[in-house]
Amino acid sequence: MDTWTFGWTLALIGMGGTMLVLWILSLLILLIRKIFPYQTDKAAIKKG
Amino acid sequence: MESALVSGLQGLLLGVSNLGPGQVIMLVIASTLLYLGIHKGYEPLLLVPIGFGAILVNIPLADMMGKEGFLRFFYDAGVLTEVFPLLIFIGIGAMTDFQPLLENPKIILLGAAGQFGIFLTLLLALALGFEKLDAVAVAIIGACDGPTAIYVSSKFAPHMLGAVSVAAYSYMSLVPLIQPPIMRALTSEKERQIVMGVAKREPISKTTKIVFPIVVTIFASILAPKGAPLIGTVMLGNLMRESGVVDRLKNAAENEITNIVTLLLGLCIGATMEASNFLRGETLLILGLGFIAISLDTAVGVLFGKLMCAMTGGKINPLIGAAGISAFPMSARVVQVEGQKYNKKNYLLMHAMSANAGGQIGSVIAAAVMLSVLQGMGIVGG
Repeated sequence: MDTWTFGWTLALIGMGGTMLVLWILSLLILLIRKIFPYQTDKAAIKKG
Repeated sequence: MESALVSGLQGLLLGVSNLGPGQVIMLVIASTLLYLGIHKGYEPLLLVPIGFGAILVNIPLADMMGKEGFLRFFYDAGVLTEVFPLLIFIGIGAMTDFQPLLENPKIILLGAAGQFGIFLTLLLALALGFEKLDAVAVAIIGACDGPTAIYVSSKFAPHMLGAVSVAAYSYMSLVPLIQPPIMRALTSEKERQIVMGVAKREPISKTTKIVFPIVVTIFASILAPKGAPLIGTVMLGNLMRESGVVDRLKNAAENEITNIVTLLLGLCIGATMEASNFLRGETLLILGLGFIAISLDTAVGVLFGKLMCAMTGGKINPLIGAAGISAFPMSARVVQVEGQKYNKKNYLLMHAMSANAGGQIGSVIAAAVMLSVLQGMGIVGG
């Protein structure tokens, strides 16, 4: 593989991949927050 | 008797007679690093052992990095095996509070934009004639994250470890000088005055904080398996912090382990700075490209902030884009100071902290993606 094919491929997939992974991660954070809302803790404390 | 005395005296002078100009220059450079660390306070935890290691390795005939040298032992055991940076990552995870990010997850995208300098610098390095994997090692300075830079350069270009590490840590400590002019150049005064106000933040449950590092590890490592050691160690440290059930391990990770490894890692980095290895035109190029990488990170972060500002109808101050790099929390503080210069009532710190925490994850993810793409392209083994 020549230098420029290597460079552009790594740069484009690298930037796109990093952005995509972090975007999905942000969605996952929202999902985790929905599944485990803060109230759950409060309720747990009350129960305890 | 006389000849024995002369031989003995000659033995004492062997060091002096073997001291070359390159070693003298390196002793001056090492002393400068010590001065910057001790007197100026630039990353002293790293620059002091690096500077001292550079002194030790440039003492003629001491052979510190020889086959049985004491620095060689630590270098082979901790740097070549990539264990040292990974142990530091556990400590970083144990010290990092991802709460600002969990409260405001969409800001994590700024942490991705803040890594683009890595990939743009890669193209520059290739244009300047660096070999493929050497270019990767230079570009990773743009992660603005010392352990990531050390991990990647020790993996692909160990001969450049000294220059890459010194560049990474030096520029990280210079973030308050590097970023503001770029932030001002790319934003209008009106944009810099945008008040983001108090963020509407939902409290985060303890369970969310515990589940977060586990989910990130599984998800990100499956997508970028080559980066699993990086992601896994940071998140292990964070899980120990948030779970609250292994305080002894957490404390050890953020204190004893990090301190010991930082000392040994610094010495080992210094030990790679032998005159014959360091005093080359390539080193100056690496330092120059490192500066460009961090400048590009800042520029792309701010430009992405402008894009988010436009998309949200002017609700996001583009300055916070500069905090999308991994220098935590220094970069967030720079944004806060810069924002207040133009509007005394503007408190950008918490928003910038979210972006900065995103930058911390972003730098690790960018390195992980890079490693996996290299594997996919067949440039590195599987």
